[in-house]
Amino acid sequence: MTAFVMVAALLAESTAEENQSDFVRSQVWISQSGLFHMTYISKLDPIVINRIHSWLLHVETPDGQPVESDDITVAGGMPVHNHGLPTIPRMTQSLGNGDYLIEGMRFHMNGYWEITITIDAGGNRDNVVITLEL
Amino acid sequence: MAKGVNSRSRFVTVIGLVVAVVLVASWFSRAVDPAPWTETEIEILRSLWIGSLAPLAPDPTNAMADDPSARKLGQQLFFDQRLSGNGLIACATCHEPKRHFTDGRAKGQAIGTSKRNTPSIVGTAYSPWLFWDGRRDSQWSQALAPLEDPNEHGGTRMQYVRLISTDVSYRVAYEALFDPIPDLSDRSRFPDVAAPVADPQSNAAWQAMATEDRQLVNKIFVNIGKSIAAYERLLMPGPSRFDAYVQAVLDRDEAAQHAAFTDAEIMGLRLFIGEANCTQCHNGPLLTNFEFHNTGVITFPGEVPDRGRVAGVRDVKSDPFNCLGAYNDDSVKDCAELRFARTGPELIGAMRTPSLRNLEGTSPYMHKGQMATTAEILDHYNLAPPAMIGHDEAKPLKLSRRELKQLDDFLKTLAAPLVTPSEWLEAPADIDAELVDLAGSAP
Repeated sequence: MTAFVMVAALLAESTAEENQSDFVRSQVWISQSGLFHMTYISKLDPIVINRIHSWLLHVETPDGQPVESDDITVAGGMPVHNHGLPTIPRMTQSLGNGDYLIEGMRFHMNGYWEITITIDAGGNRDNVVITLEL
Repeated sequence: MAKGVNSRSRFVTVIGLVVAVVLVASWFSRAVDPAPWTETEIEILRSLWIGSLAPLAPDPTNAMADDPSARKLGQQLFFDQRLSGNGLIACATCHEPKRHFTDGRAKGQAIGTSKRNTPSIVGTAYSPWLFWDGRRDSQWSQALAPLEDPNEHGGTRMQYVRLISTDVSYRVAYEALFDPIPDLSDRSRFPDVAAPVADPQSNAAWQAMATEDRQLVNKIFVNIGKSIAAYERLLMPGPSRFDAYVQAVLDRDEAAQHAAFTDAEIMGLRLFIGEANCTQCHNGPLLTNFEFHNTGVITFPGEVPDRGRVAGVRDVKSDPFNCLGAYNDDSVKDCAELRFARTGPELIGAMRTPSLRNLEGTSPYMHKGQMATTAEILDHYNLAPPAMIGHDEAKPLKLSRRELKQLDDFLKTLAAPLVTPSEWLEAPADIDAELVDLAGSAP
């Protein structure tokens, strides 16, 4: 909850003209080996195609401890079409308390997308696969 | 017994006739809108409708983007043949207003033959990338490149800057918008012809100039581009018959729907948003995702395959006039599109998705003008032959001839006059004749 308030405050600060209540935190996504729990807030909400935007990730352990990492990578694409994202998004800021800024998110087709976020925290490496239907 | 056989045969005949009538009726009924659109389909139609086109966002990289005087200056520059090496080529030479700012040729013809087909300018203010390969990231930086392309305008920035400086009309208009132009009459500092281009003489002259003089010339050159972009931002598509149809669907007005579209066009639209997968790339109200795709379009006869975006993205990242460069008017320089642009082999042979609005009036099609008709385009996607290079995204549609014709009928409904007022669609008439006369005697 504290993390949520912090992220919401950050959102309000970084986009003064936007109302923080416009942003909705995602469901909890669990990494493939269960090491991490992740939620995200899209700064474009609802997510629509053809607009570049940022996400705020929150990563924690299954028992709720924020995860600190300097190695978070983003990949993704449309498995049905065998192509990737039109951009190369990346983590550009670690905001503390398990929160991270991902810039450069963009989708260019409606349909089923998979976003794979790989987190390496002190040698513990695991993937979170977020699915989206646009 | 014979009577029994007879009656059985009559029965079989009747059943056969009934089946035949049902089959024929069902065949004909396929030409009629078979069912109302579902709510999901209506939302897709709304997303393609011109009424969903968001107001054009400000362009902070160009401080004059929405300035009325800059638009007028840009219009004059756009139609001025003096912006060329031979005094005969204007932007409008290839971007003809009456052809929706294309030229009706496979490849642009100016001083020489362009490398690719002349794309329309209409609606490109919405695109993060310009040119077929996206090698520029703003309308203003795009406008500068053809001016120095030896096959297009074929001049040098020094020539253009001198034109602005010596033509009194231009000078007055320019200085009202931007900084005063310093004295450029010293030919040892500011030669007649100079630019960082392939031509050795022009390049040598450019390299011999002092750094601050080159920056000064670049600044004025960039402002030429920014003025042209202010004009080009006005060029927007108007509502087509397709938009009238969607409006009628949104209004649940069946009479208006049938007044707007034939049954074949409705079937074509169903295919467009469904089985034909067109909206994978041709989406949003401009019917483009502004992204880059390799769909296996065959190369131009006698040429090696065009590498497309894989080279374009390298070009734009090294362009001194890109969003991250010194000539962007925005101090923030977010430049997310450029900073996070995809690179790499996935983009080999990929070209920017063109808008389909006014498709009919902008033939020939594809990056080299390889296809003359929309029917040829549809045949290409129906067969989807493998790409010569790179990762081919197109898969055969396997549609019938009849379905292809319906799609073709639908594509023709996207024609419409521009929404732009007509005074912007011709050479400006208000160049002050007296000022132009004076220009001949200026330094």
